[in-house]
Amino acid sequence: MQSLTLSQVTKAFGAVKALAEVSFTVAPGERVALLGHNGAGKSTLMKIVLGLLEADSGAITVLGAAPGSNRARTGTAYLPENVAFHPSLTGLEQIRYYLRLRGESPAEAIDLLERVGLKDATKRRIGTYSKGMRQRVGLAQALIGTPRLLVLDEPTSGLDPVSRRGFYAILEGLAAEGVAILLSSHALTEVEAKTDRIVILRDGRLVADDTLAALRRKAALPIRLQVAARPGSADEVANKLAGGRRNGVVVDLLCRHDDKLARLGDIAALGPMIEDVEILPPSLEDIYSHFSQRPMP
Amino acid sequence: MSRILAAATAEFRIALRNRWVTIAVLMMALFSLVLAAAGSAPTGDVGVDRLSVTVASLTSLAVYLVPLLALLMSFDAIAGEVERGTLPLVLTYPVSRAELLLGKFTAHLGILALAVIIGYGLAAAAAIATDPRAAAGIPALVRLVWTSLLLGATFIAIGYAISALARRPGAAAGLAILLWLVMIVLYDLGLLAAVVADGGGSFTTDIFPWLLLANPADAFRLFNLAASEATAAAAGIGGAAGTIPAAHSLASIALWPFAALALAITAFHRVTP
Repeated sequence: MQSLTLSQVTKAFGAVKALAEVSFTVAPGERVALLGHNGAGKSTLMKIVLGLLEADSGAITVLGAAPGSNRARTGTAYLPENVAFHPSLTGLEQIRYYLRLRGESPAEAIDLLERVGLKDATKRRIGTYSKGMRQRVGLAQALIGTPRLLVLDEPTSGLDPVSRRGFYAILEGLAAEGVAILLSSHALTEVEAKTDRIVILRDGRLVADDTLAALRRKAALPIRLQVAARPGSADEVANKLAGGRRNGVVVDLLCRHDDKLARLGDIAALGPMIEDVEILPPSLEDIYSHFSQRPMP
Repeated sequence: MSRILAAATAEFRIALRNRWVTIAVLMMALFSLVLAAAGSAPTGDVGVDRLSVTVASLTSLAVYLVPLLALLMSFDAIAGEVERGTLPLVLTYPVSRAELLLGKFTAHLGILALAVIIGYGLAAAAAIATDPRAAAGIPALVRLVWTSLLLGATFIAIGYAISALARRPGAAAGLAILLWLVMIVLYDLGLLAAVVADGGGSFTTDIFPWLLLANPADAFRLFNLAASEATAAAAGIGGAAGTIPAAHSLASIALWPFAALALAITAFHRVTP
């Protein structure tokens, strides 16, 4: 059984369509990244999954139950975007409160805070915490009990690179235990190699739902060859290769994956006029832009 | 139940940190002591013990102060969470909105109880210390304490309803003050004006008593003054107390907290995080 199933989910706020017929699933132990620009519908989708908002149409199943039902809420943990807590409580008090709300022992609070690297600040008020520290409190509360579905809205915003790595290590451990994870992000580079599948939303529509390798194939973006010519011969090189000049010495070429070797042969044939060749495969940002910005089908 | 207690503990801790507990207790203590001092002048041969006189004065004080304190504590309860952005997360927990609200309610009512008991207690201690017959007034004092808590409970819950409807703390604060002014001050003035204009007609005899009972603050005053032997010390609306059975005013102050809580929970359910 899937941990999360969305089928034809649609939601509008007045005249603005936030989500249009979005369908995808998350299986137990699977980490799915939800990508899209600001306003693409990521947070709305998450709030619908959590039962905070109601979809206009479509069907959603969360752990076999309706979103927002007691069963769904018991098995689901959420980390909101820019998570906030009451500034007057300490990190320890806040986590103890959340533990009690979930019917768990408040004694586990220290362990949870240690797990997210907040051991030294447990007795300080959250009002004095940095954004990254608040984010860790948010992560700690999401780890309470044994959630079977984690919904994380831009979980790593405000975390430094080292903390990010620690955060993804925790997620990997949870996924290995069979926890389904849906997390949103702004950037493909961020979730590369840390998620199993990528779902991209564009203006509320689902435009991609696949592994990164498959997305790379589907996008079929050209490879960029940067040819550095020897001083004085850049014009001739650009002419012979039919490429564009970038600055004094660099000539830019674009080619499809299949043409790569032939183009390299052309370049090698110019011999002494060439100083160096750089092969740049399409970057993750290119792939992301390809999907998130392509015109509506 | 454990979830309600968890919410209550967190809320009480927040109130403690925000000095709300201190402010509430100090306010009640200060006003009670001033009343006790003012009432300590020789009362002559009224035939009433000093504690009963103090209770009568405290009743007039409580009508203003208890609703004010209750509203001050509660207006931020939901609007504040909306503004801080803490509401969406807690609503994804396996806890109902009613449970969350009852948790806050328990904490706020507890703080009010603390303030009321300390405040009245100080005034009572002053009365008992200076008048050996004061023990006769203790039942009236006890009655004042629990009716004050019912009155406070009503206004705490009304404060939540305002907080949920307003969504923003600033607007909620304004609405709370407005409601206090209308229900505690203007309501009585309006009724008095109507009674005077009516000149003893059917409004005064048929409608006026029910309008008094409809306002929890008036019902509170009626019940305490009617039940007290110190009715003589009361003025204004209190004069009407004689014509309305205590059971009616008691029913009003006992039912209001439930009605207000139901209203608050309904309003909270309409909040989209």
